[in-house]
Amino acid sequence: MSHPGHPIIKLVVQRLALGLILLWAASVLIFVGTQILPGDVAQSILGQSATPETLANLRAELGLNEPALGRYLHWAGGVLHGDLGKALTNGQDIAHEMAGRLANTLFLAGCAAAIAVPLAIFLGLLAVRYQGRWPDRLISGVTLATVSVPEFLLGYIAIYFLAVRFRLLPSLATIYDGMTLGEKIYAISMPVLVLVLVVLGHMMRMTRAAILNVMQSPYVETAELKGLRPFTVIARHALPNAVAPVVNVVMLNLAYLVVGVVVVEVVFVYPGMGQYLVDHVSKRDVPVVQACGLVFAAVYIGLNLLADVISILANPRLRHPK
Amino acid sequence: MKDDLARLVDRIDAARISRRSFLNRTAAFGLTAALGTSFLPGSARAEPKQGGILKIGLGGGETTDALDPGLADGPASFAVGRQWGDTLVNVTATGEIEPLLAESVTGNAEGTVWTFAIRQGVKFHNGAALTTDDVVATLKRHSDEASKSGAFGVMQGITEIKADGTNVVVTLAAGNADLPYLMADYHLIVQPNGGLDDVNAAIGTGPYKLVTAEAGVHYSFTRNTDDWNTARGHYDEVELLIINDATARSSALQSGQVHMINRVEPKVAKLLGRSPGVMVKNVSGRGHYVFIMHCNTAPFDNKDLRLALKYAIDRQEMVDKILDGFGGIGNDIPINASYPLFDETLEQRPFDLAKATEHYKASGHDGSPIVLRVADGAFPGAVDAAALFQQSAAKAGIPLEIKREPDDGYWSNVWNVQPFCASYWGGRPVQDQMYSTAYLSTADWNDTKYNNPEFDALILQARSETDLAKRKELYSKVAHILNDDGGVICPMFNDFIDAHTDQVTGWEGDPNYEMMGGFASSKTWFA
Repeated sequence: MSHPGHPIIKLVVQRLALGLILLWAASVLIFVGTQILPGDVAQSILGQSATPETLANLRAELGLNEPALGRYLHWAGGVLHGDLGKALTNGQDIAHEMAGRLANTLFLAGCAAAIAVPLAIFLGLLAVRYQGRWPDRLISGVTLATVSVPEFLLGYIAIYFLAVRFRLLPSLATIYDGMTLGEKIYAISMPVLVLVLVVLGHMMRMTRAAILNVMQSPYVETAELKGLRPFTVIARHALPNAVAPVVNVVMLNLAYLVVGVVVVEVVFVYPGMGQYLVDHVSKRDVPVVQACGLVFAAVYIGLNLLADVISILANPRLRHPK
Repeated sequence: MKDDLARLVDRIDAARISRRSFLNRTAAFGLTAALGTSFLPGSARAEPKQGGILKIGLGGGETTDALDPGLADGPASFAVGRQWGDTLVNVTATGEIEPLLAESVTGNAEGTVWTFAIRQGVKFHNGAALTTDDVVATLKRHSDEASKSGAFGVMQGITEIKADGTNVVVTLAAGNADLPYLMADYHLIVQPNGGLDDVNAAIGTGPYKLVTAEAGVHYSFTRNTDDWNTARGHYDEVELLIINDATARSSALQSGQVHMINRVEPKVAKLLGRSPGVMVKNVSGRGHYVFIMHCNTAPFDNKDLRLALKYAIDRQEMVDKILDGFGGIGNDIPINASYPLFDETLEQRPFDLAKATEHYKASGHDGSPIVLRVADGAFPGAVDAAALFQQSAAKAGIPLEIKREPDDGYWSNVWNVQPFCASYWGGRPVQDQMYSTAYLSTADWNDTKYNNPEFDALILQARSETDLAKRKELYSKVAHILNDDGGVICPMFNDFIDAHTDQVTGWEGDPNYEMMGGFASSKTWFA
């Protein structure tokens, strides 16, 4: 095509390119970050049993004696080919190992999001509908309380009551191959509950604020004067115009669900990415740490990109250029 | 035996075991005495029942764990190996050698040539028969530095390993009366062709066959129906769930999701024991917490200063406050009564501020603060223990300064590097191994930098001494020297604390390691 494409396509392409540059910058930061950590992987693998000879052998075997730039280029080249390398500690293929962990993380995040996002938006709408009255105060009060309590404490409270006292739900969320989908969903019910409680408040508050903002607009008044039911006014006329800020905060919370739930993973013994990363950080397993960092960065950048694009698409001025 | 009875009575006081269980156990002890073997306590009771799926929650597993038994270095990888594999011999709870894949072990008078008669008719999980070649290949693989085996150290004195008919003969450069104990090392699981075909195959001769393995998450096993030992493996399936968070582990047990857990935190052990259907089991082990001084570095190169610090530590207070009573006091040697040939007559060093002050004055120390480096990674509660030490030492006029170090890198930057720090030793099955690993002047891990030719000579002499009485006497001398002159302050030995639900029966404490020495799934059954 010789003429410049549709402005939306152009914008999206621009954002994508920016995202890729950001990802590259993140990869450099991750690499530099792992290089300046104290100690080295050979020392950490051998731990208390390290002797100078075994250290030297292991360092040579792991290629730790090569210059850093060479290692970065080698690594980045591999990543472009989909090869994340092998874990230094147990020799497993990282891409293969991480795929399972990432799938678990996405499963948990997906289940939590599938409940939290519609619920938060619905509660937000409800709060606006009854603004200043008891349903608004109740919703705001409860969600603010759950968002203020640290997630591990929420987790322990849930375990104590739901698992230990009343034995309703399992306290272990370990899932593994061979479980049916139903068993898996039952196993993760408690972490999903905790995660929903953790992210609900933020999204609900943002929905409420954004909609209240557009409630002042003349077209809302028009809709009210037409005689529409208050909830319809909010859902049909106010919400679409409040999408941009809501999508942003939803994406931020989705990103948190993917990259920030290590504490919940530990409390409920869930085999996700967070635990995988922490195990390898403590052993200085640099290739795994880098790969995890890169995946996390990609998730973050990707979700924000998506939020941008949706905001653009939701904006009629950009959708219908002159 | 007397200690065991005393412990049982204690437990009745603490209402931890029922009267019936007490009678059963005392009966078992009687039988044991009559037979002169320690092998029977479990089997003397009701006939084990077969069946069920046992779920074990384990702390200490990581995503980085490999299945190669040579690389096993944590509680989880240790437990995994115990399910699918067997060593040649095992050290029993009472410190005797129990035959596993070797039916018998015989050594020559000098302790230089050891013959293992390999059990015949044993099948690996893949159906292949166990041969002497497999045993030889296994031992050779672990003797090769390239294997990075955790047992490389114990294999070092061996010069030749060869098959001879149905025997495997191991020849040593110098006599070692403890060789059978060394061969019980948990890394030395016999694999087909020594594991050279695939070290991570987890094919062995153990009571359970590996079905799935996901490191740091979950392992599942099914019963080995061709097991050579029909007296073990009472469950149809065994699942190991890795639960590193201590609170998650105990709530999983309380909510009935798992039947057993390891590593109960001392501070919650009594509380956990009070929950319905849960039993907490502790056994004193060989693991000990230490403060180590480099004997070649000022001011610790002064014997009086070392003694001053040894007298200035209140051991009982540490056991009570750091271990919540789940442990025993130490005596500045790495050995306690759980070791064979322990000398009970060695006098316990008291907490004696007057003597501490006296020795401190005699040392001529200038009164500047003595820096003690600690991190909770050294042992759980190390920072608090150091604070207690600081308080008690201050009463004797000894100024201690605590320097907190990060857990991260503690074993590389502080331990064995800094002259005075907190540390932990897991213990070894026999005295020689403990001393040779950490106290011989030539040892890599001589973390007190102790150098005493007489001490070294006694250890080497004891190693090849096959006369038990003489050997005990030698170890007694070694203990006296180290207690008086060494650089180790050993305030306490920690207990292994496990817990299980009341569905599980047949539990026997084993000082060798947690979870009945790793045999909990082999030797217990569902009531």
